[in-house]
Amino acid sequence: MTLTLENFQALLPLLITCATTVFVMLAIAIRRNHWWNATVTVVGLNLALLSSYFALQAIPQTITPLFVVDGYSIFFGALVLISALGTSTLTNAYIESSKRNREEIYLLITIAAAGGIVLTMAHHMASLFIGLEMMSVALYGLVSYTYDRARSLEAAIKYMVLSATASAIMLFGIALVYAQFGTLSFAEIGSKIGQTPSTLALVGGILITIGLFFKLSLAPFHLWTPDVYEGAPAPIGAFLATAAKVSVFAVLVRFAMIETKGAFFVSAPFAMTLFVVACLSMLVGNLLALKQNNIKRMLGYSSIAHFGYLFILILVGGGGVGLEGFAVYMAIYVVTSLAAFGVVTLMSAGNAKRDADLLNDYRGLFWRRPFLASIFTISLFSLAGIPLTAGFIGKFYVIKAAVEAGPLAWIALIFVVLGSAIGIYFYLRTIISLYLAKKDMFRFDAQMDWGQHAGGIMVLGSALFILVIGIWPTPLINLVEMASMIWQQ
Amino acid sequence: MLTWLILIPFIGGFLSWQAERFGPKAPRFVAVGAMFLLFVLTLKLWFAHDYSLAHLSAGQSVWADELRLDWIPRFGITFHLALDGLSLLMMLLTAFLGMLAVICSWSEVKRKVGFFHLNLLWIIGAVVGVFLALDMFLFFFFWEMMLVPMYFLISLWGHKSAEGKSRVDAATKFFIYTQASGLLLLLAIVGLVFVHYLQTQVWTFDYEALRNTQMSAKTEMVLMLGFFIAFAVKFPIVPFHSWLPDAHSQAPTAGSVDLAGILLKTAAYGMLRFAIPFFPHASQELAPIAMWLGVFGVIYGAFAAYAQDDIKRLIAYTSISHMGFVLIGIYSFNQIAMQGVVVQMLAHGLSAAGLFILSGQYYERLKTRDLNKMGGLSSRIAGLPPITMFFAAASLGLPGLGNFVGEFLILIGSFKVNQVVTTCATTGLVLGAVYSLIIIQRALHGPARSDEPIAGMNKREFFMMLSLMLLLVWLGFYPQPVLDTSSAVMANIEQLMHSAQAATPAVSVAQ
Repeated sequence: MTLTLENFQALLPLLITCATTVFVMLAIAIRRNHWWNATVTVVGLNLALLSSYFALQAIPQTITPLFVVDGYSIFFGALVLISALGTSTLTNAYIESSKRNREEIYLLITIAAAGGIVLTMAHHMASLFIGLEMMSVALYGLVSYTYDRARSLEAAIKYMVLSATASAIMLFGIALVYAQFGTLSFAEIGSKIGQTPSTLALVGGILITIGLFFKLSLAPFHLWTPDVYEGAPAPIGAFLATAAKVSVFAVLVRFAMIETKGAFFVSAPFAMTLFVVACLSMLVGNLLALKQNNIKRMLGYSSIAHFGYLFILILVGGGGVGLEGFAVYMAIYVVTSLAAFGVVTLMSAGNAKRDADLLNDYRGLFWRRPFLASIFTISLFSLAGIPLTAGFIGKFYVIKAAVEAGPLAWIALIFVVLGSAIGIYFYLRTIISLYLAKKDMFRFDAQMDWGQHAGGIMVLGSALFILVIGIWPTPLINLVEMASMIWQQ
Repeated sequence: MLTWLILIPFIGGFLSWQAERFGPKAPRFVAVGAMFLLFVLTLKLWFAHDYSLAHLSAGQSVWADELRLDWIPRFGITFHLALDGLSLLMMLLTAFLGMLAVICSWSEVKRKVGFFHLNLLWIIGAVVGVFLALDMFLFFFFWEMMLVPMYFLISLWGHKSAEGKSRVDAATKFFIYTQASGLLLLLAIVGLVFVHYLQTQVWTFDYEALRNTQMSAKTEMVLMLGFFIAFAVKFPIVPFHSWLPDAHSQAPTAGSVDLAGILLKTAAYGMLRFAIPFFPHASQELAPIAMWLGVFGVIYGAFAAYAQDDIKRLIAYTSISHMGFVLIGIYSFNQIAMQGVVVQMLAHGLSAAGLFILSGQYYERLKTRDLNKMGGLSSRIAGLPPITMFFAAASLGLPGLGNFVGEFLILIGSFKVNQVVTTCATTGLVLGAVYSLIIIQRALHGPARSDEPIAGMNKREFFMMLSLMLLLVWLGFYPQPVLDTSSAVMANIEQLMHSAQAATPAVSVAQ
């Protein structure tokens, strides 16, 4: 099959991201200079983000059986790119002090971002698997990038083994579905399962979703999350919490909701499983975070809980409000996580023995670095879903969708309320430690001029976004509505 | 104009935070200035409009002043503010106590002065928002917004409690109680909006539109309980009260003043403004239970107060007792009782604020709030003891002071509705005398602990107390202006409840 110019236009974000990888590689070969290589990366990723606009002109279209480019994939692709950009800017200051090879980390980030974009466009099992592996393999490298820290290595190995297991489970599921229907395309699987319900395909579908749940670290597949978050260098934690999850969730929703028209959801055991997983995630994520003294672990648990809320939104909201709320919530979550991890990154340095990730390292931060602490406060409040921050808008969508959906969803509502109430405790615990009395000695501190670095500016921008969207969410809602109108065509 | 009322505290708070650069005094002056401006503007509003005429016309309320802007059109959320007699009185109280809260912490708070005033003023701003908001989303927005600064206020500038529990724990307890109940409120709001949507296919969070929602008795009950419990926690009604004594005893004086004087009133306001007009039938059904809860609160609060050693905990329990009267008054749906509720809220705001400020002043001098370590103070301090007597008398409901008018009206009004409840509640007056006098007895009388004299009041403290006392006396002798201001609102509620009452038998027949 031949690709037309329009196909290329629609694929621009992916193509530019891949090209960036090549350029960065060449740039490193030409001259090993941190600033220059980082700049190439950021410029490339920005171009890819800008090209989303041009890609929007050429949609919707299906490009080979593997990819579909529509408003949905472009929206989430853009989110992946924003996460990658945020990660790169954060990495810049973080890795500067490091003695080892600093440049290759950008290579890995762009590869992982490309994998993420592939996932957002996938509507075929093959492209799903390719995208997933492309991202995961790059992530192993990223997690272990600070390999002189034992934790980092441990996290990488743990992540690799478990992730490979999950991939194998998923492959098995794909094989079962293929054995039943003889096709790998989402839409065809959906239509066939609608006509001939089959246990084999159902089991396959469940195995596939389990593989994806693992990547999303929904309970009870969450056990790797805190360790990996703790071991990974702080900026990579940001990537794990944002891009790696956004893309997987996007493809999961496309598989389970959009292309198969919810065909899997129709079967009661399947829907019930998803429901239980979502409720469990909300509860487990919030409960385990309660007594956490490590901020990175705490953020890891918090992300488990957040994906529980998101899942409820999708489950009860269905195609209309559910998808809109999903997109809004996701955008808010990405920016909030970037801000939270951004502060942790700014406080840490790549050459130290560990990151500044203990609660104690942040005691009295407000009295030394009022703005940095304020940003952290804002992002934590946003994660807790307190009004005036964007996180509340996300929570509002969840509650609204669940109230509308009927009695079963009201059970989920109980979990949402319970989870939020528990969650407040540990968010507050973290927040208040920023304001408590100063200690005499600080093991960690941000650089004096953090606000003038790319990472600092990114974090400031994120905090501004959280506040502005928290007070005036209409622009974001309009944007999502625009995108959703396109993807419903 | 209405927007400015909300913006002044927020901007003032931000300015006073930044004013810390110019020395520790600057934030205080900026904060007092902002509060004074708010007070004057509210007073101006009081004289500018005639509130007694705003009667219900064709099922719609009449507002003295109103503002409506689009906010989140996707869900029909507007930035809708409006003012009537009830909200005006509450705002007057808020602005006045806000001013006092700043002044009373003049020498108490020495650390991080700017940030302290930022939080203090933002609470006031959010509370003003609560009193003005007529869009349910906006209301909830402000309702939650006041919690965060309050949390900071308690956890950063609070005192350690006698039992050694940390102030952060108390603040966290406060926050989780109110936040969880707030989520319940949000659920009920969204539920109400959804019921309205099912009928009209319009998403709106607007007060006027939602008031005309028709719903089945069961739905009404469930949604009403959501509102009721959320307000009950803040009120606090007795089974939900356990955060209050902790929060009070650990909060700094200004925090206690805000908490007792203003924050508790937002709950009563919420019931009068939202819970009852939205769900008249269900409220009618709940009324006997609510009134008994009120009685229970009155008596329980009084007994618990008597048993306290910590003077601030004692006052906190008296608040529970006083708010019990407010609850009885609200759910009697009788205009006289509800007028009493307004007076009682104002008077309790003033007298509780007075007592908290006084205990703050004792604490500054004695470094303890334990009544066991006081005693014989009347021979050691000049000025403070008689004023303490005054506020204790106000709190026990001495005729001639505001609290008496409030409690008297509540009891008269609710006697017509439910004699047994009222009779039981009357014992609260006797018990009130007991716990008020025990403060005097244990703190001021008896043998002195030492002969060393303690510094008397300075001018700042004296004028603060004087203003409170004058207002209480004014409320006690001439509450008519206040009653005139709120009468229209209360008459509307009574009328609404009467029509609901007329409709209730029909509903039960239909079932």
